[in-house]
Amino acid sequence: MFAEVTLSLLAGFGMTLKLFVLTLVIALPLGLFISFGSMSRLAAVRYPIRLLIWVIRGTPLLLQLLIFYYGPGIILGNNIWGSGDEGRFAAALVAFALNYSCYFSEIFRGGIQSIPKGQYEAGYVLGMTRGQVFWQIILLQVIKRIVPPISNEIITLVKDTSLARVIAVYEIIWSGQAFIKSAGIIWPLFYTGVFYLVFSGLLTVLFHMIEKKLDYFK
Amino acid sequence: MALLEVLNIEKHFGATRVLEDISFSMEKGQAVSIIGSSGSGKTTLLRCLNFLERPNGGQIKVGGEVLFDAAAGKQFSDAEIRQKRLHFGLVFQSFNLFPQYTALQNVCLAPRLAAKEKGTLRQEEVEIRERGQMLLEQMGLSDRMGNYPHQLSGGQCQRVAIARALAMQPDILCFDEPTSALDPELTGEVLKVIRSLAEAHTTMIIVTHEMAFARDVADYLIFMDGGRIVEAGDPHAVIDNPQEERTKQFLARYSAG
Repeated sequence: MFAEVTLSLLAGFGMTLKLFVLTLVIALPLGLFISFGSMSRLAAVRYPIRLLIWVIRGTPLLLQLLIFYYGPGIILGNNIWGSGDEGRFAAALVAFALNYSCYFSEIFRGGIQSIPKGQYEAGYVLGMTRGQVFWQIILLQVIKRIVPPISNEIITLVKDTSLARVIAVYEIIWSGQAFIKSAGIIWPLFYTGVFYLVFSGLLTVLFHMIEKKLDYFK
Repeated sequence: MALLEVLNIEKHFGATRVLEDISFSMEKGQAVSIIGSSGSGKTTLLRCLNFLERPNGGQIKVGGEVLFDAAAGKQFSDAEIRQKRLHFGLVFQSFNLFPQYTALQNVCLAPRLAAKEKGTLRQEEVEIRERGQMLLEQMGLSDRMGNYPHQLSGGQCQRVAIARALAMQPDILCFDEPTSALDPELTGEVLKVIRSLAEAHTTMIIVTHEMAFARDVADYLIFMDGGRIVEAGDPHAVIDNPQEERTKQFLARYSAG
């Protein structure tokens, strides 16, 4: 029984991981660009982006999942996600990526604004372009500063993926819960905690290594 | 012909007049010192020359070419400003070294990026590196090239910053209170380096609070107060025998202190 449960949970955890990894792949770069938008000198860019960040951070992710999945069908009369598992996963991914990119963008913004003006000026007076100054000088200093808050968000994301089950994405909590109905046992659900714990433990070690790696400068 | 001509530069921040009618010129190979109390506009003047601030009035010419003319009212593109900036180098009070790069990387970064843009990095790579090493040797930092800024003393950081500015071969090197952030015992090593640059006839504008240094090193001295040039001329004459009341007051405080 234990082996059977473990295998079933592993399958669910595979889905959890897939959602986790793809969300990060999209949300980290997207968050950087949203942070540029939120700092733009153009009010026409800055204010809509800030409105977006407010809405996304100001409403529950659970609700966003439901709206992203059911919204198009209700509003457009057309379920853009298609039917089946893949459609639900795509809707979940979009909701997660957008939600996390808004949180990341605020961390990026804080990091970027914490870099002293003198770093930019030193680059400019040496004849560098804005782009060169940002990518060659500023970004790594920003990354060093934001590793702790970003790792916090990323570890939260591991557990937030469980919200995807409201639109029937078969992630690990779903797999665990299934045993309540099918076998009348609840321990598989509790057992899912071990998977989260081991995975977030690995991430903690990884982030610690990154912090160490960036310790060579101050 | 004068290498640099600054004509009637004005700068306001809102209602605050920071620079009023600043004019001076300098020849190639000269060192000009600017002295004056904090808030007198010295730093803003250097920032205008380096295009970190835009003057509200006046002209800046280098080698006869008009780099900036407020009357023309022209908005420059980023690329144009970059070109104009390359005439000047700036050494900051707070060094502003790039913390993630070694001393040598700090010196070579801008030349490398410039070469990369031209598509000549491959040919120039070795030359840029050797030039960087030579500049750091000249600054007395042969054994510090691989160190990161946080592993260096303030005086060493400032010398790296000087090498970094020289690496772009500016026509005029500007110093903004280069020793004000340093312990008195570290001040000497930086001043020694600037002195050797002056002896090699590097064209420099030095904003400083080191009166004796300004007098010895500069060919021309400017005393600024309240955004204006109050007195200017031969450094020995101005410091040892000031004509203006305001200059006397300022210098008296220094000799007393």
